[in-house]
Amino acid sequence: MARTAFWSTLTDPLIRQNPVTLQILGICSALAVTTTLGTALTMSISLTVVLTLSAGLISLIRRHIPETIRLIVQIVIVASLVIVIDQVLQAYFAEISRALSVYVGLITTNCLVLGRTEAYARHHAPVPAMIDAFGNGLGYSLVLLVIGFVRELFGKGELFGAQVLPLADAGGWFTPLSLMLLAPSAFFLLGILVWAVRSVWSEQTEAPEQSPAFRPEPAE
Amino acid sequence: MAETDRNPWRRFLALPNESRTKTIVVAFLVSAVCAALVSSATIILRPIQTANRAAEEQARIERLVVGIPGMAALFEQSGGTLSTVVIDLDSGRAAQDVTPETLDAALADPANWTTLERGEDEAGLGNRPDYAQVFLLRDGEEISLALLPMTGQGYGGRIDAIMALKGDMNTVAGITITRHSETPGLGGRIDEPGWQASFAGTEVRDANGEIRFNVARVGSASVHEVDGITGATRTGNGITGMVRFWLGPQGYGPLISAIRRGEF
Repeated sequence: MARTAFWSTLTDPLIRQNPVTLQILGICSALAVTTTLGTALTMSISLTVVLTLSAGLISLIRRHIPETIRLIVQIVIVASLVIVIDQVLQAYFAEISRALSVYVGLITTNCLVLGRTEAYARHHAPVPAMIDAFGNGLGYSLVLLVIGFVRELFGKGELFGAQVLPLADAGGWFTPLSLMLLAPSAFFLLGILVWAVRSVWSEQTEAPEQSPAFRPEPAE
Repeated sequence: MAETDRNPWRRFLALPNESRTKTIVVAFLVSAVCAALVSSATIILRPIQTANRAAEEQARIERLVVGIPGMAALFEQSGGTLSTVVIDLDSGRAAQDVTPETLDAALADPANWTTLERGEDEAGLGNRPDYAQVFLLRDGEEISLALLPMTGQGYGGRIDAIMALKGDMNTVAGITITRHSETPGLGGRIDEPGWQASFAGTEVRDANGEIRFNVARVGSASVHEVDGITGATRTGNGITGMVRFWLGPQGYGPLISAIRRGEF
């Protein structure tokens, strides 16, 4: 019984409760770092690590966080973890750290992190909180990797920097779609992805906030 | 009410969360722990990061030199190395008692820095070092390329760059930005090779020796101007100020005159 609860906490955020496609959280970074699979993967790992650790820490001291300063306490913890991760990346993955530029720092303000700590970790024991955070991290990663895959493949004909489709310049048949490397393409892809997910899992469709106004036939 | 606990820690934990003492102590503890975490990560990892940055700068210098037409062969000829000279900026000559190895130690001493007056501080630096390390590529005795490191103030913070001047000390051969923190997609585009390529062939001074270099806001009109980046006016101004300052009398001006007179 407990095991299935853990399992659904972990797997729900993958598609059914995906933080990006359902809750539309954290899309700023999802759009910015997905030009190649490599940066998307690093960003996914960084975010998942930060999310999981911060959920664990906050859940550990959840009974002792005063209500009045809880957001500040959470942000301080998240921000410190982000700085540590950023320093580690700069030291051991300098190349990737440059590609991610400020977006690692922006994990701090990623709504996803604060959303999970505020909504879940604050009310649950460390283990479920970390599982939930990890699941959400994976859900975010899934979306990033899908978008990164499409953008790198069609934008450059590469995957993880290795040429997959022979370029027309080099005697092949593939002409890169440079639109894929620009930010708007990520919006389009994310939109298409959300639409696709919501067509398959129709319970995710939101009720329209407004119904079209009733328009009587214009008098002749 | 249970009897009071002797252990002050447990007594503290038992306080209601909303009490003022607990709020302050929790805030203090969280900040202290986080500060310790961040500082130790920074200090432990700093040597590795510095090494990375140095290696990257070296790679950029090589790319810069090799990317300039006609320089790759010369670079090969000289064995793939540039002569590194520490310059005394005031006199424009090679520094007597500072070598590239001792440069960092020398610059750690505030006495080796000059405070800049408002009017002469075009790059917005506040003060500048008295010594700078430059790289020279020679063709026989003649200097065919001088790589001059520069620092300026952009929109998001400090900009570090290396500018390559041809042997006439007036024509820009290329530039590379080694460090910046400009907004990605706007000022951050100074990183792009396409924009940096537009520097090649720009002439810094006019016939009278006035520095005319400028990052133009709309379309570069003369041989002294480089196209700016849309939406990054302040970054462009920062680059203009940086180049003007470092090639001017407070920067490498004396060195440039010395090279022109053939004293190098």
